[in-house]
Amino acid sequence: MENTQGFENKRGGDHSHIKGWGIDADPKNDPTYPMKQRTNDEHNGYTWERPPQQTVNVEVLHSIERPNITAVFGSTVPTKGLSGKIRRYAFKHSESSYAHWLPLLLADRVDMVEGLIEDINKGSFPNILAEKGIKAEWKHNKTGLLKRWAIGAVVAYAAFVYVTRRRS
Amino acid sequence: MLAMNYRGPQRVRIDQKPLPQILHPEDAIIRVTRSCICGSDLHLYNGNVPDTRVGETFGHEFIGVVEEVGYAIQKLKVGDNVIVPFNIACGRCAFCKQGLYGNCHESNPQATAAGGIFGYSHTTGGYCGGQAEYVRVPYADVGPTVIPEGMDLDDAVLLTDVVPTGYQAAEMGGIQKGDTVVVFGAGPIGIMAAKCAWLFGAGRVIIIDQIEYRLEFARNYAQCEAYNFRSLEDPVVFIKKTTDSLGADVCIDAVGAEAAGNAMQTITGRKLLLQAGSATALHWAINSVKKGGIVSIVGVYGPTDNLVPIGNVVNKGITIRANQASVKRLLPKMIEHVQEGRINPKALITHRIPLEEVADAYRIFSDKLDNCIKTVLIPPSARI
Repeated sequence: MENTQGFENKRGGDHSHIKGWGIDADPKNDPTYPMKQRTNDEHNGYTWERPPQQTVNVEVLHSIERPNITAVFGSTVPTKGLSGKIRRYAFKHSESSYAHWLPLLLADRVDMVEGLIEDINKGSFPNILAEKGIKAEWKHNKTGLLKRWAIGAVVAYAAFVYVTRRRS
Repeated sequence: MLAMNYRGPQRVRIDQKPLPQILHPEDAIIRVTRSCICGSDLHLYNGNVPDTRVGETFGHEFIGVVEEVGYAIQKLKVGDNVIVPFNIACGRCAFCKQGLYGNCHESNPQATAAGGIFGYSHTTGGYCGGQAEYVRVPYADVGPTVIPEGMDLDDAVLLTDVVPTGYQAAEMGGIQKGDTVVVFGAGPIGIMAAKCAWLFGAGRVIIIDQIEYRLEFARNYAQCEAYNFRSLEDPVVFIKKTTDSLGADVCIDAVGAEAAGNAMQTITGRKLLLQAGSATALHWAINSVKKGGIVSIVGVYGPTDNLVPIGNVVNKGITIRANQASVKRLLPKMIEHVQEGRINPKALITHRIPLEEVADAYRIFSDKLDNCIKTVLIPPSARI
């Protein structure tokens, strides 16, 4: 083909400088993973010998697309408060449904507020700037940080002026 | 113990938490010596993964020393130095038996679409992660692998995810000798995928990103061509032109939900969360690959939907392969590649930061400050 429009084919060449070039090449690598070791054990259903069941001593919400709680699970941060109620609602719906995922995202935001209240109830207001890694940003991106603060200040000032003018 | 504590989008801190306990006969407790921040942790950090609860500890890339084992553990011993794969796998379900350790059916009650993963929200099982001093590791006779004598801990910690995920991205591409492979994303996974593509005999490897220092690193580390899509009029047209209009044989999406480069995808996927992240890299991969080619996806997306040109997948006859890396299956080969000097994982590490400074570490990694490629957190006990 005549390359009159900037099209070219640059593949190939000498790869001797690349250590290990082609060492894992396998013309029969097809189908590769995830299909490669297919056993069809699934045809027998959910019949394998399950590991022992971890004791369920916290509330574990499980997908309605499976019949049980898996043999092990994470017991960290169990459901609580309003966010917990929303999560319980979400788990009445399948993983295929927006009614599952969107309430979970909502619950995460509610949880954030609950976390803030929990911190204050414990007598410590969180250092949000430190939690956002402000020290690192100040060290490595001072200009960007100042620019962002300046834009924020301008937007806040404009909003303030707009609101006060409307009132007057 | 000290542990990272998630407080809401882009807010993390270090806190004291109770020590983990053995909760299952096949558990072990590991004292962490190295843990990493992964690009996929940023999806959690930004609040994009549903069921990420305030108080969770992130971290699925970690190594450590066995401190305690459950009564059913037979292979691991107290004092062993181990690589802990990021997937939690029982080793006996129908999926583990096929080598699909990233798809275990006995490790995540919350979602059938994902196996259990350490420190990655309740959507992957609600396990505590390794950005802490200690971690509970379930099925400890299946996943954890003893670090070979003489292996550098910085190499070992990258065998928990980065190296096997990059390798599997290339493996799923079914690369044949002489193939042109395009990798979208020059983060640690993308760079590793480019490096591994050569091991399968690729004839040409191209990496596409927008961050110049990472492209420069990729050129040197992965010995590949590297292009900034900001300087290309259209990355898809560029790939077509450089492959004689045919398209690449294999395209790899090593970006996932945080992709830049398309305003509509960014607004709907990252700002408004109307889709499960921005699918720009996947869009480009589908449109850049040849007819009958293969698109391999290791970039992480959320569980809802994404806007991708599925019509082009049909019309071009593309094979899409995707999965979480099966770390356990790949570890022996990855260890061999490291020991033989074919892969040098620790060269990716640009920042070693005390665990106590986790908030700053996330900011540096998230904003790609100080030419950051890979950040490793080191707990106090490992610094002595």
